[in-house]
Amino acid sequence: MTPAFFRSSCLVIALLILFPFNTNAVDPSEILGNATLEKRARHISKDLRCLVCQNQSIDDSDAPLARDLRLLVRERLIQGDTDNEVFDYVVSRYGDFVLLRPPVKAVTAILWLGPAIFVLIGFIGLLRYFRRQSKDENAEDQNT
Amino acid sequence: MKKIFYFLPLVILAILAIYLIMGLGRNPQDLPSVLINKPIPAFELAPIKGQTKGLSNLDLLGQVTLVNIFGSWCEACRLEHDLLMKISKNNLVPIYGIDWQEPNNLVGPRWLKRLGNPYTLVGDDPKSRGAIAFGVTKAPESFVIDKNGVIRFKHTGRITENTWNNTVWPIIMDLKKQ
Repeated sequence: MTPAFFRSSCLVIALLILFPFNTNAVDPSEILGNATLEKRARHISKDLRCLVCQNQSIDDSDAPLARDLRLLVRERLIQGDTDNEVFDYVVSRYGDFVLLRPPVKAVTAILWLGPAIFVLIGFIGLLRYFRRQSKDENAEDQNT
Repeated sequence: MKKIFYFLPLVILAILAIYLIMGLGRNPQDLPSVLINKPIPAFELAPIKGQTKGLSNLDLLGQVTLVNIFGSWCEACRLEHDLLMKISKNNLVPIYGIDWQEPNNLVGPRWLKRLGNPYTLVGDDPKSRGAIAFGVTKAPESFVIDKNGVIRFKHTGRITENTWNNTVWPIIMDLKKQ
C-alpha cells in the first residue's frame, strides 16, 4: 500500500464517519415550503410505523404506502391539525400498532413496567444474598 | 420450602418463553382492524379512466356491501378475481372496488377489461386515500359493510373459495337478515 493510497483511504473513512449518509426516504418534492411545518412533519413521521416494512418508520421507508402516509401527514398539518390530531387520525385507522412508541395504557402496562419489575426482583434477590452471606460470616466470627 | 424460590426464575423464564414462542407463529401482517364495528371513515375517490362515477363512503350506505382493495400489480388479487366474478355474476352481494396504487391510470381499467369487472363502482386510489381510510396495509383486503355503513368484518389477503363459503358469506347472509 503506497502512503498516498493509505492517506486517501483514511480521508474517505474519516469523511464517512464525520458525515454519515442521510438515511431518510423523504423525496425533495415532498418537503414543505414552511420549515416549521416540515420539521413537525419529520418529527411525526419518525414515530409512525411503516405498515409494509414494519420495523421502519415512514420517514425511513421507501414503500409507496409510507410515501402516501408522509404526504397525508403533511397535508393534515397544512390544514391546521396539531401533532396529536395527526397521530389520532392515523391511529383511528391503523390502531396503536402504527405508533413506534407504544402508548402507556392498561394493556401495555406490562410492556412499560416489566423491565422495572425484573430489575426490582433481581435487586431484592441480590440484597437477600448479600445479607445471608454477611450473616454467615458473623456466625463464623462467633465460632472462632 | 424455601428451595421452591430457587426455581422461580426458571418458571418465569419458561412461561415467558412459551408466550414468546407462541408469538412467533403469528403473522405480523395480519393486524386486527380497529375499524370493526365503526362507521367507514369519510373518503372520496375519482372514477377510474373510462367510468363516470368514482367511490365515496356515501355510496356504501343502505345495503350490505363488500369493499375490495385491489391493484393490477397485485398477484393475489389476480387469483382472487375469479371468485369476485362469480360473486357478482350470481348477484350475491354488490362489490365495490378500490383500485390502489396503480403505476398509471391506464393499467387498472385495462386489467378489468381483460379479466371482467365484478365491481358496482370503482374508485381510483393513486394516493392511498381510500386504502388509508380502511387501514389497509397490503392488497387484497376486503371489508363487509352493513346497511348503516358500519364495518363488520375484515379479511386480509386473498379470499379463497373456502374462506368465502365458511366465513364471509355466512356473515353477509346474517347481516342481510337484520
